[in-house]
Amino acid sequence: MTIQKRPLFDPPIVRRAIGEAFVKLDPRHMLPNPVMFVVLVGSVLSTLVLVRDVASGRAAIGFTIQIVLWLWFTVVFANFAEAMAEGRGKAQADTLRASRTQTHARRLDASDLGHAGEIDKLAFEMVIASSLRKGDLVLCTPGDVIPSDGEVAQGVASVDESAITGESAPVIRESGGDRSAVTGGTKVLSDYLIIRITANPGETFIDRMIALVEGATRQKTPNEIALTILLSGLTIIFLFAVVTLQPFATYSGAPASIPVLIALLVCLIPTTIGGLLSAIGIAGMDRMIQQNVISMSGRAVEAAGDVNTLLLDKTGTITLGNRQAVEFLPMPGVDLAHFADRAQLASLPDETPEGRSIVVLAKERFGLRGRTLAEGNRVVSVGVGDLAERPTNMEFVPFSATTRMSGVNWSGVELRKGAGDSIARWVREHGGEIPSAMTEAVERVSRAGGTPLVVAEAEGHTARILGVIYLKDVVKGGMKERFDRLRAMGIRTVMITGDNPLTAAAIANEAGVDDFLAEARPEDKMALIKREQAGGKLVAMTGDGTNDAPALAQADVGVAMNSGTQAAKEAGNMIDLDSNPTKLIEVVEIGKQLLMTRGSLTTFSIANDVAKYFAIIPAMFMVTYPALNALNVMRLHSPQSAILASVIFNALIIIALIPLALRGVRYRPAPAAVILRRNLFVYGFGGLVVPFIGIKIIDVLLVFTHLSS
Amino acid sequence: MTVNGWLQIAFFAVAILLVAKPLGVYLARVYDGSVRWLAPVERILYRLCGVDPEEDQHWTRYASAMLIFSLITMLLTYVVLRLQAVLPLNPQHLAAVPDRQSFETSASFTANTNWQSYSGESTMSYLSQMTQLAYHNFISAAVGMAVAVALVRGLARRSAGKLGNFYADLTRGTLYVLLPLSFVAALVFIQQGTIQNFKPYLTVTTLEGAKQTLAMGPVASQESIKQLGTNGGGFFNANSAHPFESPTPWTNFWSVFMIFMIPSGLVYMFGRMVKNTRHGWAVWAAMFLLFFAGVTTAYWSEARGNPIHGARGLDLVASETNPGGNMEGKEVRFGIANSALFATVTTDASCGCVNAMHDSFTPLGGLVPLINMQLGEVVYGGVGAGLYGIIVMIVLTVFIAGLMVGRTPEYLGKKIQAREVQMAMLYALVFPAVILTLTGLSVLLEPGRAGLNNSGPHGLSEILYAFTSTAANNGSAFGGLTGSTYYYNTTLGLNTLIGRFGMMVPMLALAGFMAEKKVAPESAGTFPVTGGLFVGLLVSVVLILSALTFFPALALGPIVEHLSMTAGKVF
Repeated sequence: MTIQKRPLFDPPIVRRAIGEAFVKLDPRHMLPNPVMFVVLVGSVLSTLVLVRDVASGRAAIGFTIQIVLWLWFTVVFANFAEAMAEGRGKAQADTLRASRTQTHARRLDASDLGHAGEIDKLAFEMVIASSLRKGDLVLCTPGDVIPSDGEVAQGVASVDESAITGESAPVIRESGGDRSAVTGGTKVLSDYLIIRITANPGETFIDRMIALVEGATRQKTPNEIALTILLSGLTIIFLFAVVTLQPFATYSGAPASIPVLIALLVCLIPTTIGGLLSAIGIAGMDRMIQQNVISMSGRAVEAAGDVNTLLLDKTGTITLGNRQAVEFLPMPGVDLAHFADRAQLASLPDETPEGRSIVVLAKERFGLRGRTLAEGNRVVSVGVGDLAERPTNMEFVPFSATTRMSGVNWSGVELRKGAGDSIARWVREHGGEIPSAMTEAVERVSRAGGTPLVVAEAEGHTARILGVIYLKDVVKGGMKERFDRLRAMGIRTVMITGDNPLTAAAIANEAGVDDFLAEARPEDKMALIKREQAGGKLVAMTGDGTNDAPALAQADVGVAMNSGTQAAKEAGNMIDLDSNPTKLIEVVEIGKQLLMTRGSLTTFSIANDVAKYFAIIPAMFMVTYPALNALNVMRLHSPQSAILASVIFNALIIIALIPLALRGVRYRPAPAAVILRRNLFVYGFGGLVVPFIGIKIIDVLLVFTHLSS
Repeated sequence: MTVNGWLQIAFFAVAILLVAKPLGVYLARVYDGSVRWLAPVERILYRLCGVDPEEDQHWTRYASAMLIFSLITMLLTYVVLRLQAVLPLNPQHLAAVPDRQSFETSASFTANTNWQSYSGESTMSYLSQMTQLAYHNFISAAVGMAVAVALVRGLARRSAGKLGNFYADLTRGTLYVLLPLSFVAALVFIQQGTIQNFKPYLTVTTLEGAKQTLAMGPVASQESIKQLGTNGGGFFNANSAHPFESPTPWTNFWSVFMIFMIPSGLVYMFGRMVKNTRHGWAVWAAMFLLFFAGVTTAYWSEARGNPIHGARGLDLVASETNPGGNMEGKEVRFGIANSALFATVTTDASCGCVNAMHDSFTPLGGLVPLINMQLGEVVYGGVGAGLYGIIVMIVLTVFIAGLMVGRTPEYLGKKIQAREVQMAMLYALVFPAVILTLTGLSVLLEPGRAGLNNSGPHGLSEILYAFTSTAANNGSAFGGLTGSTYYYNTTLGLNTLIGRFGMMVPMLALAGFMAEKKVAPESAGTFPVTGGLFVGLLVSVVLILSALTFFPALALGPIVEHLSMTAGKVF
């Protein structure tokens, strides 16, 4: 899926939202939002009063008409905000739906699977993709669109997943392991795949994505529910305040008209946040989508804001995926250049990034030309060293899990490189001795956060350690700053690594993470999550492998990489389409922004009431108690203009704040006290002041345009 | 305003600051059970009542124990008041208290309100005063402290779900705090000249030769707990303005000091129990700011006096020989500063005893007591009630503002979620709902308006004050409203009960929910509940929430009255 960046007020979305704002007036739709429901009831009531006034032929109904109109506008504006937020998701879903063309699939008979490799002989029937059920086997050959989500049962193929990820480089999918998941809608480019379908029609990844971006499965999140309760409570309190005002007013000899009382009520109840609440939630999900992260529920987005602990895998997240050789440490009595030369030779067949980095380092430091494998088999002239003159007949010893080393044999000379202990064993077997300098060097490199690689040479019956290569983990640029930002937000980062504690500590220190888990196995990860959660903390992590799945499910926010296995994707509550583990940081920030936006607008909404009281209360009772005009601090023109200006301000502020609701309040990482001070100033103090100014301006305009006397 | 007046207010402020920590430490030790110097008495009491003090109670059990206990003691008082004519210790042969008044009085004393629609000296026998009213003065205060401690435990405990034992908390609070303190306090009163006897009323001949009846009674013993338990029900109708209750400026200071003493200590206890004394002090500071704003306004307004009087040639400026300002309804031995201080303290702390008539205050001076009560009695507040009231306000503050830091709001490491907001909102809702509904009803209905002695905004203030005072469990009267009618006895009695128990139950539910929660460790991302920002925020939320609720009613009462007075019109 390619995410299009849309302008905030995209004309087609606005057009659709305007229509829907009226459709949403259906009371059944309004009921879950008690604040706006009260406004709806108020609008209906005041309309009835207006109808009665018209029927009884009252003269001055211009004021009532305007009140009624603006009350209706208040409801419609709130609906429009929600429709705008939904509209963006809906537009996205339409694009997705359009791309989901009806495909055909070759369904196989399960019993046939014996003939591995002879795909031509497999019997299949052509079926429509949407008829595939869980457990069905299908065959995909180059050019085929994979009909539904599944797991590779057989075969290796390159797959174009750009339809989902937007990434044009093809990826390898093969049976078994962590690269076995395929997604419906992606395309096989080479070779073939036999796929076991894992989703029933309507449950595929794309289907779920459509439902999610459309907001069809949207449920209120825990914080949203709590906030709704608070807002409903406030609404009830104001209901009491306004309803009982009438007896007081009657007692004082100044009974108010129903539309005026309703206007007061609507101005007081928190319509600003009430009207924008659901839009804020939907927009939060939408912002995740803009980041190419699909969140399975709003709850997960919210939980992201609450995260206390971030578990990050070292490799690929904190460090670049590969280690690089940075230094040669020869043993006493070994010439540095000689050691470098041997190290390079031993690494020639090593195609791993580490191996290549050794070749490069030797070339850079000692001018040793990088020799290719082919050259190795010809007569090779080596810049330094004695091997140059020998007939060359290089034999490669590849890395194996049992020996845990690799190297070359070169006419009687054997070169090996590998972990300290395995090389030491090899040297002893060949009658050599282990200098204490080696253990020291190995330890020094480990402590510095590097990986020590020992190189040894054996000729005839003698063997010796040549030296230690310092492989360094390269921490990605800018990570330290990001972790500092996280720390400022009160989030602790824990690095997960399979390295030994010494190495882990050194990298943790360099990257600036708060803690690390060394020599981690999947069950250690799980235990760490449970331990953190028992301490009342919320944990976020990323993962892609099947063995990550339990931990992803256990974590409060589990972001699965889209490149990961089906199991991982199902266990997590978010999927990162870019498969970028550092995205977790953005995810956390979006979560925080969502909560901040709600809190800020709630504060703003409540603070607004102060000014509205100063506008409406004197207006209502000025005739009976002229002294109350002292409270008319805004010097509003007349009681009617004051009440109208308040209602209009109250309705317009919803429209004015839609961009803020959709975009979210600005978030800069900082300690809570700093954020609080800033937001309190902007939305609390601002909420007190802005309506005084706004109502005054509207009052002046009303008088100027003769809409109100 | 005079330097002397301010010095007295400052002296009072220092005194309540100094008492907070030592008393708070003691209170914390009382409620964790480590104060045991009356352990044998405690044990006997538990055995007599068949109570297991070790039982750790779930909030529902704690609440039902509290409700049943209160109901039984209320019924007992009702019976005694109805039968006092045939019971002993009634030298004046006072008749049975009427049913409506018995209901109202028993409800009001059970609820730590002590609203009195009767004059004590002509209605209550010594037996009724000593065994019922004084008894309620102790136990209603102890109940308030117990439930406050239960809420604090709910916040302090981790993943517990239990709040302690109501009976043990009740017993310990009475035995180790209220009884010893009020015993000492009574001696101070007696030393200063407050009377303490069982004599029949004296009839004396005045200097002018007229006959006057002087009411007697065991006053000092009731006076001490009246203040200490923020009860406020005077032995005599004139309450602390009566020279037999509070004869000297010293007893006056002693009275206001005792009102704030336990509430001030409870706040420190709170900080200590939740292991965050800085938070405790922040709450204390917020309360102090609200108190200080109140006393300043009241003192300023009273010292300024009534400009209409000034315009007619009355000297309103204080001097060596003239108190200046508005002295109507004030005792000359206390003066303006002490009357303003007393009025502020007694309404801040839901005590409700008075040393001056609030009805005679200037409109702004009278607005201060009214607003103090409408803040929900959270400025130090009633014993216990003030603490749990402010904690509920903090929960709301943390929830509203807490979202702004980008996290699910956390208070003392515990997340505030739907259930907690629900209970906090219910607590905050009951109070204005009952006050506004009944006040609105009373100005509409004939029996409601019948009780009024003043018309216009002042009449509205009187009714509003009566319902605010009873719902806030304050019990002070604005005066001017004839409260001893069927209508007012019944509505005010009901109002009192709702204002007490209708708020206590959701509060205990909140405590129970909080107790179940896990505690997340504090981090840089946690909403700060210490420091100036928090104090300012808490003060604003308390002010704005109650101002928004009561502003329309206040505008038509004291505010319009004040504005009219400035314009030369009184009601």
